[in-house]
Amino acid sequence: MISYFSTKSISILLSCFSILISNQKLDLQSCVNFVSDDACGAIATFIGTVRNNTQHKDVKLLDFSTYKPMALKEIEKIALLALEKFDIYKIAIHHAEGALQIGELPVIIAVSSAHRKASFEACQFAIDTLKKTVPIWKKEHFTDGEVWVNATP
Amino acid sequence: MNIKILFFGITRDLVAQSSINFTISPKSTVKELKVALLKTFPKLEKYAQFSIAVNESYALETAILKENDVVAIIPPVSGG
Repeated sequence: MISYFSTKSISILLSCFSILISNQKLDLQSCVNFVSDDACGAIATFIGTVRNNTQHKDVKLLDFSTYKPMALKEIEKIALLALEKFDIYKIAIHHAEGALQIGELPVIIAVSSAHRKASFEACQFAIDTLKKTVPIWKKEHFTDGEVWVNATP
Repeated sequence: MNIKILFFGITRDLVAQSSINFTISPKSTVKELKVALLKTFPKLEKYAQFSIAVNESYALETAILKENDVVAIIPPVSGG
């Protein structure tokens, strides 16, 4: 793993990302504060929010479960890849677990860079990859039942 | 040999357990484990597309298991 990162030392890289899986409310400001730097002219953020409907059914809440140690490793891989792939300065990827109500925040991603393009691209890369690789599952609770999202082939 | 198996998401509901100890022939591959699991838990058949992680990393079907490995059954993820 270390060999990919020839241009930046590991100790510098480790101070460039903040990752978290928490059963407490996620905090946008702390993600923005983490990535903020005088050398950066851009901060892009992605905030996932719990929507009140899916496929014309009313959603009551979403319940997120995780395989936490592996999910943290996979999120760390995404952060390191984003730092390697894009000309960005810092990245924060925070994900919630447990039951979330409508309007609450399952995920926050914040990225900083000198110029906006790299931040936008890294932010999109991070959320798209997270949705494919990180072992986190959501169960939608409706007024008349519940279903694991993506579970049915 | 003995390994530990963790179930997540819909597979946890289907087998009604979060983890089990499982006995399998030495040097079994991930693919062979899948076949054995489907025999023990036929309800998983519908979800045969699940991924497998060994010791917290995604594993290929050709990977060879060792005594005391921790294997996680990863149905399609839906974070974010």
